[in-house]
Amino acid sequence: MKKLNLLFFFVFINFTTSFSQEFEVYDDFTEFEFLLNQQDNKIYVINFWATWCRPCVKEMPAFNQLYENFQDKDVEILLVSMDFGKNLQNRIASFKSNHNIKSKIIILDDPDSNSWIDKVSSDWSGAIPATLIYSKSKREFFEREFEYKELENELKKFL
Amino acid sequence: MKKIVMTGLLILVAFFGLNAQGYEVGDEAANFKLKNVNGEMVSLFDYKDATKGAIVIFTCNHCPYAIAYEDRIIELDKFFSAKGYPVIAINPNDPELAPEDSYEKMITRAKEKGFTFPYLFDETQEVYKMYGAKRTPHVYLLSRVDKDFVVSYIGTIDDNYKDASAVKKQYLRDAVLALLDGNKPNPNFTKAIGCTIKDKEYKK
Repeated sequence: MKKLNLLFFFVFINFTTSFSQEFEVYDDFTEFEFLLNQQDNKIYVINFWATWCRPCVKEMPAFNQLYENFQDKDVEILLVSMDFGKNLQNRIASFKSNHNIKSKIIILDDPDSNSWIDKVSSDWSGAIPATLIYSKSKREFFEREFEYKELENELKKFL
Repeated sequence: MKKIVMTGLLILVAFFGLNAQGYEVGDEAANFKLKNVNGEMVSLFDYKDATKGAIVIFTCNHCPYAIAYEDRIIELDKFFSAKGYPVIAINPNDPELAPEDSYEKMITRAKEKGFTFPYLFDETQEVYKMYGAKRTPHVYLLSRVDKDFVVSYIGTIDDNYKDASAVKKQYLRDAVLALLDGNKPNPNFTKAIGCTIKDKEYKK
């Protein structure tokens, strides 16, 4: 009986964790790094942001629109949240639904950022928002806030 | 001839381009005179506690990284002020873009936290540009050489904004200790994720 209880307990734990873990968390940059170096025929748009970052929130509609206009054109958008602290999953989940985000969101939570900022781009001071656009042959990094047209123009240089 | 002129122009452009990005380690820091939360003006060159140097930190009220470091900045000031390296904090943000960073709210925050150091308002946003600060918090450690203040370390406070107890590398503390021992900080430049400085001219 005890064993059975334990079994139920573990099933329950697994169920709740898999349910609440909506967004993948990378707490070690080295495990995240492959997402910046995928060698297929797609174009990747990687945006570093956070729910509390005002300029990041302001440019989110531009990334939504980019998703709408380019989702069938081998363009993948990845929103890398730098959020940290309590209720991380819930905060991002409600942000996602409030801002109607369809792009994939993951969480990068490796606090030793001095060790990895240069691996994203040596041009990055560390301020967010920041955006990396890359294909297997080209790479551009932007430490700035985007309006839709500007973002689209930068992406089109890769098409 | 044309080529030489063009090359000369390119070098000039590169030179001024680099200068526009602010200080690098080894540069002499210019003076600033800004309003403190107590209403008084504070000038770097006349700051009495800065007998050996100063820890200039661009920081603000609203940014979660800045908030995460508040207690550590107070500790650093308590520890290094008496040793000749006081903290001077500067808020570089435009309150129209970040209302939590207004002068009035700076006064409130400094009282709430019991800041032991000046918390200055860079109202015209000239000082942060002169230094080349890119984010909050952003540290410029200055050491005194005769009357000049020389930039000796630029970067972050330590390697874990989230959890002070999990810090492994205390970059800033180690840099000041190195200077106190007569050595050069190593590393003298680090990066960290931070909030952009809120400026209407920012990348527009």
